Amino acid sequence: MSEQAPALELRRVNKSFGPVHANRDISLSVDRGSIHGIVGENGAGKSTLMSIVYGFYEADSGEIFVKGDRCDIENPQSSIKAGIGMVHQHFMLVDTFTVLENIILGVEGGFRLADGMTAARKELIRLEKEYALEVNVDAIVGDLPVGLRQRVEILKALYRGAEILILDEPTGVLTPQEADHLFRILDTLREQGKTVILITHKLREIMAITDNVSVMRRGEMVAHLKTSETSQAALAELMVGRSVLLQVEKEPAAPKDTLVSIHGLNYLDADDVPRLKDINLDIRAGEILGIAGVSGNGQSELLEVLGGILTPTSGSIRFKDQELVGSKAFTARNLRKIGLGHVPEDRHRAGLVLSFSANECAILGYHDKPEFNKGLRLDRRAIVETCEAYIKKYDVRPPDPYLTASGFSGGNQQKLVLAREMEQNPDVLLVGQPTRGVDIGAIEFIHNQLIKMRDAGKAILVVSVEIEEVMSIADRIAVMFDGEIVGEIAASEATETRLGLMMAGVRENARNKKAAG
Amino acid sequence: METFHIIVLLLDATFRVATPLVLAALAGMFSERSGVVDIGLEGKMLGAAFAAAAVAALSGSAWVGLGAGIITSIALSMLHAYACVTHKGNQVVSGMAINIVVAGLAPTLGYAWFRMGGQTPPLSGDARFRSLTLPFAETMRDVPIVGYIYAELISGHNIIVYMAAAAVPICAWILYKTRFGLRVRAVGENPHAVDTAGITVDLLRYKALAVTGLLCGIAGSYLSTAHGAGFIRDMTAGKGYLALAALIFGKWRPVPTLFACLLFAFTDAVQARLQGVELPVVGVIPVQFIQALPYILTVLLLAGFVGKANPPKAIGEPYIKER
Repeated sequence: MSEQAPALELRRVNKSFGPVHANRDISLSVDRGSIHGIVGENGAGKSTLMSIVYGFYEADSGEIFVKGDRCDIENPQSSIKAGIGMVHQHFMLVDTFTVLENIILGVEGGFRLADGMTAARKELIRLEKEYALEVNVDAIVGDLPVGLRQRVEILKALYRGAEILILDEPTGVLTPQEADHLFRILDTLREQGKTVILITHKLREIMAITDNVSVMRRGEMVAHLKTSETSQAALAELMVGRSVLLQVEKEPAAPKDTLVSIHGLNYLDADDVPRLKDINLDIRAGEILGIAGVSGNGQSELLEVLGGILTPTSGSIRFKDQELVGSKAFTARNLRKIGLGHVPEDRHRAGLVLSFSANECAILGYHDKPEFNKGLRLDRRAIVETCEAYIKKYDVRPPDPYLTASGFSGGNQQKLVLAREMEQNPDVLLVGQPTRGVDIGAIEFIHNQLIKMRDAGKAILVVSVEIEEVMSIADRIAVMFDGEIVGEIAASEATETRLGLMMAGVRENARNKKAAG
Repeated sequence: METFHIIVLLLDATFRVATPLVLAALAGMFSERSGVVDIGLEGKMLGAAFAAAAVAALSGSAWVGLGAGIITSIALSMLHAYACVTHKGNQVVSGMAINIVVAGLAPTLGYAWFRMGGQTPPLSGDARFRSLTLPFAETMRDVPIVGYIYAELISGHNIIVYMAAAAVPICAWILYKTRFGLRVRAVGENPHAVDTAGITVDLLRYKALAVTGLLCGIAGSYLSTAHGAGFIRDMTAGKGYLALAALIFGKWRPVPTLFACLLFAFTDAVQARLQGVELPVVGVIPVQFIQALPYILTVLLLAGFVGKANPPKAIGEPYIKER
């Protein structure tokens, strides 16, 4: 193996976007027939680097060698020609096309589709067999579950003769079971002599599957290691540059009164599709209730119903002693007034106005409070001071209350939203994806803040697609599948396998038979 | 027998009115399927109508006129592409600008060149596309029903009507059975997928818009050199918008779009026949109201009966690499 030139070698690659130096003097060597992991926090420059290798961006300087030959990669065509295939984080598929049409797009083999299609179908069936990548080539991609769509992307790369396959955060949208299946596929690829580059921020995956691992931090490559000679903790430390606690330290919960009681809640969307089916849940003071599940199984709708954004079709939600469904208080604005804060899942769509400055974003939803107003006018001074206080307390960077929200990184935007909702000191806090797109350092901070609120006797509902996050901060975990709560267990009893099965819709405990029946 | 004759004559008129609609709607299909909104069908048709009539008048050949119409329309389409694809401009604004520019420029140039109040000289002889009589049309006329339909309805149209009829299956074939069609459909749904598949998004959209220009050019030339005999100010009279409506009604598919065009054309043929006719109970309906019928129908259909339209997903969005 050592005699051979590496499958892919980068030498001193640089790339800047304006003043941001996204990749600084990156060198990397990937052995043939290996699985090579690249880890780093969000914004460390992993995706940029791989986009350069795939020809989506052009490097400012530096050289790329494929199997020892220098390659000028200017666009995806030249990269495909060099035998590089990429599975993007957001799939590059046409939803209305069949699997076959998606795969031949760009390599149709002639003006008439019919000529190329027959040959492509044969070749695909061969590839599917060789790599155990079964998928119906005539299915419409939009109808396929996420795991299968990913397979289509892998097939697409293999069909183009890829020898080196780059996967960008491939497990972000998969259940643990689907992820395991993906890893088996990657194993097969390695056995067949393909080279795989896996970009991820999940250390567990790196340890489970890779041969070698490279760590990126703030645009630089900080370490190249053999996976067998390192550990999760060591990698985490390299990623952030200091030790972090992966598991949040917390005292056992001391749950008190039930503040929100949800009973028989149903919600039909605009197309009359049931999104929430007979939901029963209690949210108690002094406890964090975690909702786990693969995204799209009703968690978003549950959060939006509780936040007063969607109107439930039937059922009851009691807040303290007040029935919310059908009452005047049941609007996003009034709920905040009576002490129910909401950190929306999607900060860009619902949490912030991206073109507003940080100080304006810091009062959204609370802008009519007397302390922010002076007669008819907004009290700018008070608002900026409030924002400065938030920035200081939540360590928002850069500490500029006049910067527009879009100018902050994802993690800092999230801190702004959290600061706004938490500092109003609500009795109940609903949090959607508290740390989506947030770096490890900030995750730790956010988790500690949530636990502090819990210890102060507040009731907290956390919806997250990150199973590790739910397991780490929640005291009680409810799992949603297809609009239903399929199980509810104490966090101390939860294992990834147990939750994973529930996330795939397998009911386990008798406790919920009552709810189901 | 009287009713039968009326129906055949109505359908005959329907075909004539539907021709430019079908061509323009198919033109719009290529543009919109590639992800570029084309509200400028109207302007392109009008520009082509003017160029075709002017050149036909000068050269004496309808075919040369048609060529000029097509070139003009393609040029306007490329202008749209330059604004919307190369410079990522707003597609509706660009299309509207083309409509407004052409509506003013065509009569102005017409006045400067021909001094006839913005019109072009009336066309006659070879400067116009004339009706073709299909083989055996006259001998078959006496065969009951089938013969009459053949002679009156199928035969006796000019070449562009037959071109429009042929364009539907040809465009459907291109869209669904060729590499170009596959790529056009893909780029309108997910340009990122097209880009990562190693196809240049911008070039592909330029090509789609060139096809749009070609078809729109034929549609416009038909108005001034086949259906009419010369260019008249605002002679498209909203047909570009009507074609766009038919395209949406047909859900961006060739065959349903054809039927939408035929439906709109049929109501137009009916309104032409209804003018001044005394109807039972209601009496004579004011002509303005009857003329408004096709448009009222369009609004009603689009508002209520289309159901859930699934436009190409990336329509209206310029493709910018950074996401």
